[in-house]
Amino acid sequence: MAQRAIREYDGKAIFSKHWEKYFSGFHYGFKSVLVTSGDELRACAQKHGFEWLKQEALVAKPDMLFGKRGKNDLVLFRTNKPGDVTLEEAAKWIDEKIAHETILLTGQKGTLTHFIVEPFTPHAQDQEYYISATTVGEDDVLYLSAEGGMEVEEGWEEKVNEVTIPITMDDANIEHLIRANVPAGIPAENKERFIAFAEQFYKFYRDQNFAYLEINPIVMVGNDMHILDLVARLDDTAGFMMGEAWCGAEFPTAFGMEDQSPEEKAIAEADSKSGASLKLTILNPMGRIWTMVAGGGASVVYADTIADLSGNVADLANYGEYSGGPTTGETKFYAETVLDLMTRHKDPKGQDKILIIGGAIANFTDVAKTFTGIIQAFEVYADRMKAHNTRIYVRRGGPNYEKGLKDIKEAADRLGLYIEVYGPETHVTDIVRMALEK
Amino acid sequence: MGALFTKDTQAIFWNNNASAIQRMLDYDYVINREKPSVAAIVAPTSGNKFEKFFYGPDEIMVPVFRNTAEAAIAFPKADVLLNFASFRTAYDVTMEAIEIKGQFKSIMVTAEGIPERLARKMNQAARDAGVIVIGPATVGGIAPGAFKIANVGGTIENIINSKLHRAGSCGLVTRSGGLFNELSNIISINADGIAEGVAIGGDRFVGSVFIDNLIRMESNPEVKYMVLLGEVGGTEEYKVIEAVKSGLIKKPIIAWCIGTIAKHFSSGVQFGHAGASANADAETAAAKNIAMAEAGMFVPASFNDLPKTIAEVYAKLTMEGTIKEIVEPELRAVPKVRRKKEFICTISDDRGDEATYAGYPISSVATPETGFGIGDVISLLWFKKRYPKWATDYLETVIKTVADHGPAVSGAHNAKVTARAGKDVISSLVTGLLTIGPRFGGAIDDAAKYFKYANDRGMSPAEFIDYMKKEGKTISGIGHRIKSVRNPDLRVSGLKKYAAEHFPSTPLLDFALEVEKLTTSKKDNLILNVDGTIGILMVDMWRALGYSELDIDGFIEAGALNAFFVVGRSIGFIGHILDEKRLGMPMYRHPTDDILYNVELADEI
Repeated sequence: MAQRAIREYDGKAIFSKHWEKYFSGFHYGFKSVLVTSGDELRACAQKHGFEWLKQEALVAKPDMLFGKRGKNDLVLFRTNKPGDVTLEEAAKWIDEKIAHETILLTGQKGTLTHFIVEPFTPHAQDQEYYISATTVGEDDVLYLSAEGGMEVEEGWEEKVNEVTIPITMDDANIEHLIRANVPAGIPAENKERFIAFAEQFYKFYRDQNFAYLEINPIVMVGNDMHILDLVARLDDTAGFMMGEAWCGAEFPTAFGMEDQSPEEKAIAEADSKSGASLKLTILNPMGRIWTMVAGGGASVVYADTIADLSGNVADLANYGEYSGGPTTGETKFYAETVLDLMTRHKDPKGQDKILIIGGAIANFTDVAKTFTGIIQAFEVYADRMKAHNTRIYVRRGGPNYEKGLKDIKEAADRLGLYIEVYGPETHVTDIVRMALEK
Repeated sequence: MGALFTKDTQAIFWNNNASAIQRMLDYDYVINREKPSVAAIVAPTSGNKFEKFFYGPDEIMVPVFRNTAEAAIAFPKADVLLNFASFRTAYDVTMEAIEIKGQFKSIMVTAEGIPERLARKMNQAARDAGVIVIGPATVGGIAPGAFKIANVGGTIENIINSKLHRAGSCGLVTRSGGLFNELSNIISINADGIAEGVAIGGDRFVGSVFIDNLIRMESNPEVKYMVLLGEVGGTEEYKVIEAVKSGLIKKPIIAWCIGTIAKHFSSGVQFGHAGASANADAETAAAKNIAMAEAGMFVPASFNDLPKTIAEVYAKLTMEGTIKEIVEPELRAVPKVRRKKEFICTISDDRGDEATYAGYPISSVATPETGFGIGDVISLLWFKKRYPKWATDYLETVIKTVADHGPAVSGAHNAKVTARAGKDVISSLVTGLLTIGPRFGGAIDDAAKYFKYANDRGMSPAEFIDYMKKEGKTISGIGHRIKSVRNPDLRVSGLKKYAAEHFPSTPLLDFALEVEKLTTSKKDNLILNVDGTIGILMVDMWRALGYSELDIDGFIEAGALNAFFVVGRSIGFIGHILDEKRLGMPMYRHPTDDILYNVELADEI
C-alpha cells in the first residue's frame, strides 16, 4: 500500500480535471486516449471530441508504468518521417504489439495491454523543460531544469536545481524559495512563466496527494503547455479524502508482474474478502522449504533465516503470512493451498520437503483455533505429504499455545507425519536451523 | 528526558476500546499500581458519562468525555494520549491534542494508513511542540512495572512469562509490533527483561524514530543497553550509526535489520511493512547490518543468532557490575471470574457498621449537637460535598422560603382535591408534585438557565432582554402579580440581604438586578421575583464554591433547582393534605356554572 504508480493517462486526466483551478494563465489541451486494441482506438476516433485522432499526426506508446519506452523502441511517432503516423497506422501498430510477448531491456517481460495515443507535438529541443516533485526524508523536493527529455537524465547533477520544501512551509515562503532557485538556463522571456508554472505545479502535487510527479519533458509554447511524458505515484492512503479528484485512477500491477499463479490469485481474493490478512507469493515452485507463518514481521525473519542458513535461496519456495485472526475455514484453505503446491513436484535431488509452521508469540489470536484449520488440511494431504518425505517443524506462542501444539502433534502422529513442535522457550526461527541440520 | 513513563503516568484514551483499556487496567492491578493508568476516555459519539471496568476483582468507573480538551481540563496530569482513532480521524485527534498546550508529553497513534502528507504534518507539529509521537501504525510501547500501552505484551500470562511486569535493564526499539512481544520474550530468556520498549510503527512516516527513542534511553539510568530491531528500507538506522560514532550514544546497542531476504529478489515482492522497501543499496538490510557492525554495535551473524548475542552482552554487563540482580516483585492476580455490577451508587453506603451519607455516618450528622442541619445533609447526598455554613444556610433558606404559597396555587389545589377524594397522603402529595413543571415552580430552573446563559456570553442587560424577545420567551424570574418596586416582595429582600452579607460575591444577581432596572422602567411590577432570586443566587453560590460553569450547567440540566422546590413545597402540600383530613372535607365537585360549555355535534368524516 501507500505509494502506488498510476498510468500516464490517468495522471494527465487528473491534471486536466484541476487545470483551471491550479494553472491559471496556462492552457492544456488534454488530447489523450487510453486503449487496449487497434479497434478500440478506431472506435474512439468516431466519438465526438476525438476528431483529432483522424485529423492529426499521432504518437502511440504503452502506458504500463515502465519507463525508457523510447530506448525500448516502443514509441510510435514516425512511419517514414517524424510526425506522419496516421490513425490506421497507430491502430495496426497496437495490434502488432498486443499479439506477442515483449521483452524490455531490463529483462522484464510480458504482454503489452494498455496504450496511450496522443497528437504528435512538433517542437524544438529548447522548448523542453523538466519538472518533478517527490518526498525525500520528511521534506518535499521540487526538481527543476531548463533542459528536458533524455538530456536531463544524462547530466542530472549540473542541470537540475533541487528545491527542498519543508512540510510546514507556507505558500508565501514556498513561492519565494522557488523563485530563488529557478534554473539559470531558462531563457529570460520564459522565466516568469516558468516560475509561475513551477509554483502551481508544486501546489497541485501537494494538494492532490501525489507521492511522485514528473513531467519530462514539458513543452512550453507561449502559454500552451504540452505534457509529453508523465510519471506519477499517488499516496493511496489519501484516497478516502480525494473522492472524484483522482478521476477514478486505478493502480495497475507493474509490467511483467501481472502473471500471478492461480493459487496466488485465489489467496489474494480470499484476503480481499476477509477481515484477516492472507498473503502468498510463490518464489520457487520447485523449492524444498515451504512456510506457513503467522504475522508480517515473523514471516520476514523466517524468510531471512532460511536464506541465511540454507545457503541457497532457491530452497525457499514461498513467502507469505496469515494474521489478524483468520477463521478456521480460511486457515484450512490457506494451508491446503500451500500443501498442494508443496506436494506437486518431487525434489530434484531427492531431499526431504520441509514445512515450517512458524510464528511469533501472538497477542490475542487463539493459537489452538488457528491450528485447527491446519490440522484439517493435514488430514486431506497426509498421503501426499508422506510421499514427499515431508518434515514438519512448528513454533508458536500466545494464547492457548500449549493446546495448539499438543493438538497438531497428536494429529501428525495419528496421520503418520514427521513433526517437531516448539513453544516460546525456543527461539522463533531456531526450527529453521533444526530442520536444516537434520 | 529519562524514562518515557513512570508508575504515576496516566493516559487519556481516545476511543472507547474496551478490551484494550481492560488489559491496561488488569496490568495496572497485577503490578500494584496505585492509580489506574487510564484516567479518562474520549468518545465523541458516546452518550455515557463513564464506562465501567474491572480493577482486580472490583469495578471502577472511568469518566467519558466528548472531546480531548474537556478530558484534559478534568485530568490536567494525564500526559499521555492514546489515540485509537481510525486512519480517517487520527490526524485531527493528534493535532487537537498538540494544541492543548502543556498537556501531553507523548501521543501514541495506532491507526495504520494515515495519508502520508497528514502524517508528516502531524509528526512535524509534534516535534515543534516537544511532544513525542509513538506511531502511527504501532502497537505502542511499555515501561514494565509502570505503564503499558493498550495491547502491548499480549495476555497477562505472556506478560509475566516475558518479564514485562517489572523493569529489566534493556531498552528495546522495534519497528514491527508483531515481533515486539517476541523480542521481549527473547530478552527475558537471555537477559533480565526490558526497562522500556517502543514499537515505532510500520508506516513510512512515523513520529519518533529509532534515534529519538535510543537517545532517550541513553539518558534513562534504568536502561543499561539497547536492542534495536530495524527493517529493510529507509535510512533511520544510519542516524543511530552516526550517534554511536559521535559518542552521543555510549551504551551498548545490539542491532539487527530484518529483511535480508529482499536482496535475493529484484522487485515486486513486498517483504514486510509499507515502509519496508529499499530504494537504494544503503537501504538494504544487509548494508545496514554491516554498517551497524562497523560502527561498533553488536550485530549477530543472522537473526537466528540474536539470542546468543543478547546473552553475551548481558553476561558481560553483569560481570562488569553494570547490571545488578533484580529483586522479583510481589504480584497480584486478576481473578479468573468477575461479575459486572448492575447498579452503581456513589452517594451512600450501608455495608459497614453504620450507613453513611457520602462517607459520614448518619449518627454524625443527625442530632443537633453534630452541628449538621438539613442543608448539610442535602449537600452531602445531592452534591457529595460538605458545603460551608453560609451555603447550607442558603439551601435551608430556600427550602423554608418555598415551603408554601397558600391553597389556591395549582399544586396545592390538586393535592387538596385528591385528599378530598379519599386518597392517602402519598397519592395526594404526588398529584400536587406532578403539577410542578414549566408553569408551576419551573421559573427557578429557567431563571437560572437564561440569566446564566446571557451572563456566560457577555450579553448586556439590554441585549438579554432583546434576545428573549426575539426567542419569543418571557423572562423567567421577572414579574409579579401584585408586588412591585414600591411594594417589594419581602422574601426577595430577605434573600438579597442574606446574599449580600454572606456570599463571597454575587455576579449573576448583580446582572439580574441590572436587568430588573430596565424591566421595571417599563412596567412597575416587572421586578426580580422570588423564583428568579432563588435560581440566580443558587448559581452564584455554586460559582463561589468553585464549580465550573460546565458543572453548574449540569446541575441545572439535571433539575437540581427544581428539586429544591420539590422538597420545600412538599412540606406545604403535606400541610394542606393533613388539613383536609383533619377537616374531614367531602368529595369535591366543581360547580357546573363555573364552566363554559361549548359543545357542538361532531361532524361525520
